[in-house]
Amino acid sequence: MFDGITIQLLMGQLLIGLINGSFYAMLSMGLAIIFGLMHVVNFAHGAQYMLGAFIAWLLLNTLGINYWGALFIAPVVVAIFGMVMERLVLKPIHHLDHLYGLLATYAVTLIVEGLIRQQYGSSGLPYASPIPGGVNLGFMFLPWYRLWVVLFSFAMCLGTWYLIEHTKLGSYLRAANENPEIVESFGINVPRMITLTYAFGVGLAGLSGVLAAPIYQVSPSMGSSLMIVIFAVVVIGGMGSIMGAILTGYLLGVVEGLTKVFYPEGANLVIFVIMIFALVLRPQGLFSKKEGA
Amino acid sequence: MSSDVTKAPLLKVENLSAWYAESQALHGMNFEVPEGELVTLIGRNGAGKSTTLRSIMGIVRKRKGSICFKGDELIGKQTFQIARQGIAYCPEERAIFSSLTVRENLGLPPVLSSGGSTDEELLEQFPNLRARQHSMGTRLSGGEQQMLAIARILRTGSRFLLLDEPSEGLAPVVVKEIGQQILRLKERGYTILLVEQNLKFAQMVADRHVVVEHGQVVDVLAADQLQANMARVKTYLGV
Repeated sequence: MFDGITIQLLMGQLLIGLINGSFYAMLSMGLAIIFGLMHVVNFAHGAQYMLGAFIAWLLLNTLGINYWGALFIAPVVVAIFGMVMERLVLKPIHHLDHLYGLLATYAVTLIVEGLIRQQYGSSGLPYASPIPGGVNLGFMFLPWYRLWVVLFSFAMCLGTWYLIEHTKLGSYLRAANENPEIVESFGINVPRMITLTYAFGVGLAGLSGVLAAPIYQVSPSMGSSLMIVIFAVVVIGGMGSIMGAILTGYLLGVVEGLTKVFYPEGANLVIFVIMIFALVLRPQGLFSKKEGA
Repeated sequence: MSSDVTKAPLLKVENLSAWYAESQALHGMNFEVPEGELVTLIGRNGAGKSTTLRSIMGIVRKRKGSICFKGDELIGKQTFQIARQGIAYCPEERAIFSSLTVRENLGLPPVLSSGGSTDEELLEQFPNLRARQHSMGTRLSGGEQQMLAIARILRTGSRFLLLDEPSEGLAPVVVKEIGQQILRLKERGYTILLVEQNLKFAQMVADRHVVVEHGQVVDVLAADQLQANMARVKTYLGV
């Protein structure tokens, strides 16, 4: 069954799995942060990821601002877009059922994707790698940029996890996640905290988009195709669990990569098969501390 | 109503009505809390006592009438703005955060004005918490959780405390300890509005009792008038 599997193939797919896992982890972490505090299933996360990539492309092609500048500017622009969106779209429906938030963010996704498609077309736009070349490891060629993406996203995930689990700001977030009314009764401006948290989660999506631009084609649909997988990651890890989202993101990226080696036909399905098992056997998610979903 | 309030009120509630969605819970509450006093809101389950505290705090947002604190109107203000005026709230369910340790729970409320207790002072004042400071908040016993819920709001520097049924569900020995802690706070000059169903506990700590029924104030009694009116009060409480 495993005839013809070379070390090059195995390691190559593991690297692809790790890179995909880096994006899964970054995006699902942002989604988990937003859901944890706001209980909003942010369907616009994919569009916000795509916006990050598009802004990077625009910065390079219109203003001549390179990748490193875009790495700072694009997430900030996307975060500001998130702030406006939270105030105008999500805040007015905050008191309604979660389904309304999901539908509203889905509508934003369709609008943003539609506008970009109308302006720039559907085909992917190329974005050159800012770190060309790589290293030959003997059994495979490792591009520097892909190594950078894996290391940078890992550092971002670790930094965000530390911020939420081990700082005073994080304790406000965790507490507001449990009982926002009581946190507000301590004199903390929870409405502003919600806006900033949404902006932070959305900014992370924008940052992921910039990281993705040199690897994948920059296209209006690049986010929506990824979103279904990201939702599966968050469900498997546990809605609202930051570490769960990070670990599941990397884990599923690698599982997907290994499935491509051992059973390529199942590579696109494996994450959803795991999701079904997780929902049936542990509906609260693999890493959630809660007893039930 | 039997008691006259002679001191200047720190809090004055006038014709306060409040709603949960379309359901009206308060029907024109009127009472005052003089500075430095401990006033209890007593009444049956569902009379509107907790709703009154939640309305003062702005947690129940749909409200009408007037809530005047230190001369400032609180109706129309958001919860965090009300807290910053100098009011601290300890809810009935204690609301200890399960994802935080005792120390993190204690350190969570920000210092809003000077005069609040430091973490070290709080651990000294509530020694049970010191030994448990690294445990997760919800691992504490009911009494310890109540101590923690009261202790953490003393951090903010607020001098007006809203305490919702601190004796609820606790063993008599723990209730006594909580009562002593509340009396110490009163001695330190805190003004306290306490919701209580346990009449014995209310009697132990209060200067004045406001009796609530069907979302309205039906009687106000000074502490020394309670005994003489006990039969009437017990009827209100359905005891």
